[in-house]
Amino acid sequence: MPKVNIAKKSTDTDMTPFVDIAFLILSFFIMATKFKPAEAVPIQTPNSVSSQKLPENDAVMISIDKDDKVYFSIMAQKDPQQARDIIKAAAQARNIPVTDAQVAGYFPGDMIGVPFNKLGAFLALPADQKKTYVQEGIPVKDSANNELYYWIAASRSIFAGQPLKYLIKGDNVSKYPAFKAIIDALKKNDEQKYNLVTMPEGAPTGTELWVERNSK
Amino acid sequence: MASLDTGDGGGHKKGPGVKKAKKLSTRVDMTPMVDLGFLLITFFIFTSTMSSPTTMDLNMPKDTEKKEEETKVKMSGALTIMVGRDNNIFYYEGELTNENASQAFKSSTLTDIRDVIIKKKKEVESRYVTDAACEAKARQEGKNPNDCRQKDFFVLIKPTEEANYKDVIDLLDEMTINKVARYALLEPFDTEKDLINASQGGAPAAAAPAAQ
Repeated sequence: MPKVNIAKKSTDTDMTPFVDIAFLILSFFIMATKFKPAEAVPIQTPNSVSSQKLPENDAVMISIDKDDKVYFSIMAQKDPQQARDIIKAAAQARNIPVTDAQVAGYFPGDMIGVPFNKLGAFLALPADQKKTYVQEGIPVKDSANNELYYWIAASRSIFAGQPLKYLIKGDNVSKYPAFKAIIDALKKNDEQKYNLVTMPEGAPTGTELWVERNSK
Repeated sequence: MASLDTGDGGGHKKGPGVKKAKKLSTRVDMTPMVDLGFLLITFFIFTSTMSSPTTMDLNMPKDTEKKEEETKVKMSGALTIMVGRDNNIFYYEGELTNENASQAFKSSTLTDIRDVIIKKKKEVESRYVTDAACEAKARQEGKNPNDCRQKDFFVLIKPTEEANYKDVIDLLDEMTINKVARYALLEPFDTEKDLINASQGGAPAAAAPAAQ
């Protein structure tokens, strides 16, 4: 009688691709959690127990770097034209001609930290040079000529009728007078509500806030 | 059907008495490695909160020229905290006069100041006499009537010119942590600046620019 041999298949599967994928994902997560988007000006913000998320639209951000230089940026990812309009309005208020072509190079989120008399030249720089250009900061210390006032006034006029948030992002080691100068510029514009940008942190154990958060 | 049978026959090709060497498999069992890999992945997925910046609210009062519109602070419930250079914190309770300056004016650190705030808050709350009007108002506005207990408690934060931004934010955060309902950011008086400078071993405030 002819014998039919059924080929014996091994139950052992090749695990190598599986391992490959596993470690690929692993390395992705290890790296992705550490990487931060490179910023033109690195700012180390303080921590706070606050848990509100940072808005990406309808906001202007005023940053202070570690050398107390003040920068202004417009958060309008949805409508970049709005940001460009603000720059034009601010420059116009100071009688500085800024053309559409110069403003076209600005993208929401970019930081502007030059006095008005250098604004035109700064905006005209090509994108790669803008990154390396050392900005001197918006002059704010002199209360008679606080240039930030015009930036805020321009933002207010462009965002008229829409909600606009003021974000203040300061570096850990920046000094208080720079922060005060910003508050003064905002107050001059009749703005009393601000948001301070911080990194999240848990409420310290045993404090009243901790008790409240943990009882829920 | 023809089937190739190679299973038998041999076995003694090398002659009798010669043992065939056992072939060891070069394959390694990958299963534990995969287990470990996925364990790590799940760990990283669960623990990593893609850390995104948060914001904290700050409401400043409107500058007013009129004296009667200014917020009044009861001296018994006031705690003044000043921020000097190099994370130095100074504080005093109530009012600072020439007579009590040496005892009342104290130095502290960011970690110790929390206890000072909690202590002062408890003290003010213990002196609370039921204020029906305040509690009724709080209920009407949907707030916690217990907040009335600390209605006399007021923290004045006065950063000097040399104060670090981080210290100021940490103090503001401390207000949230300890649930201080009323606090304000102010400029220090000249007498306070002198005291801070004296404790920090710096020059007196006479040379400091008048930034008011």
